[in-house]
Amino acid sequence: MIYFITSVVLILTGMYAVLVKKNLIKIVIGLSIIDSGVHLLMIAIGYVKNATAPIFSKPGLTADKMVDPVPQALVLTSIVIGLAVTAVALSLVIRLYDHHKTLDINKIRKLKW
Amino acid sequence: MRKVIAILLLAVVGYYILGTLLNLPFGQKATGVGKYYLDSTIKETGTVNTVTSIVVSYRGFDTLGEVTVLFLAATGLGAILFDKKGKKRSLQNASLIVKTSSKMIYPLTVLLGAYVFVHGHLTPGGGFQGGAIIATGTLLMFMAYRSFETNHTALTIIESLAGLTFVSIGISGLIWGYSFLQNILPLGTPNELLSGGIIPLIYIAVGFKVGAELTTVLDTLLKTIKG
Amino acid sequence: MDWLTILVPFLSLLIIIAAGFAVYQKDLILAIIGTSAISVVLSIFFYILQAPDVALTEAAIGVALSTIIFVITIKKTKRYEE
Repeated sequence: MIYFITSVVLILTGMYAVLVKKNLIKIVIGLSIIDSGVHLLMIAIGYVKNATAPIFSKPGLTADKMVDPVPQALVLTSIVIGLAVTAVALSLVIRLYDHHKTLDINKIRKLKW
Repeated sequence: MRKVIAILLLAVVGYYILGTLLNLPFGQKATGVGKYYLDSTIKETGTVNTVTSIVVSYRGFDTLGEVTVLFLAATGLGAILFDKKGKKRSLQNASLIVKTSSKMIYPLTVLLGAYVFVHGHLTPGGGFQGGAIIATGTLLMFMAYRSFETNHTALTIIESLAGLTFVSIGISGLIWGYSFLQNILPLGTPNELLSGGIIPLIYIAVGFKVGAELTTVLDTLLKTIKG
Repeated sequence: MDWLTILVPFLSLLIIIAAGFAVYQKDLILAIIGTSAISVVLSIFFYILQAPDVALTEAAIGVALSTIIFVITIKKTKRYEE
């Protein structure tokens, strides 16, 4: 249960950073914090009490005493994609700084809300 | 004002997310599809690591898409930062201790990465983890030696060959079997290195591809001129 | 299971503090170290939750590569948030 609460707090902190902060790198940091929260949430949903990891590495391990492998496979995909998305977003930040000489979205007028 | 609106919005969102999640049972089996994969992974794919068998075999098409997204990200990064590319980095070298120890650690890191992706179907790990570990080793060399250069042609060739291997394994499943990415090789005995049919081959290709791509991303970002 | 009941609340407190630090810190390099700390603790969480594959991925990508990409970007732009 504590994992659910932690992940929701992480998601809300990241959303706060995305909504309130004006620095572009802070916004990307907020996106990566949201990512972490969602990963923790999905792994926590797949957890089974007193179970082992889903690897039949030695005889005697049975399938009904294992955690759910599907969320783990999805999160494995998601972490790598998250890195790719972060890299592209940061390269766009570099280009914006190059053009406007600032990272403040209030001074880059078209990104204001 | 903006902060107040944001906090109110987040309070509403958090209330509903928490209200949903606190009704979920924690620590119990929730879905039936995971049970199917756990029951049939050894019988159908010959792989003991269920996460690997889901990522590479049951959801193999998804992994092909993921590898494509990584490739697009590396290419897009190079395209966005195209005209800011410098010839080389003009900074001073690291200290002697860092240089010597990173020269000793770098081959061991690459060896660990190769071990992780070759044994992806037996132990925790696989192509993505192994490739990321190899890229971390290259990053260590980048930080220690300012004059360290990667061979771009070799990286491109490795990346293209690995992607081609993945796709041609999938198409050979279509030729000699019934569907794309079907397991056409013998499964072997579980818990041995040569088991699992096409799964180790695909994960080795993915490992090479991810390692080359992440190294390219780091190299592109490091060579960008400031300002 | 006894030591886990003490360790897990401590670690989740740590992760929330690191997230707050990452959002509120004006020096962006220190904020990145905050996100790196989140990734380290998250990796321990994944290990406790019986997901060694994901823990390995998070340790390699979240702690090392993601952090270094942010640091390179800050070096190419500006360090302090004003």
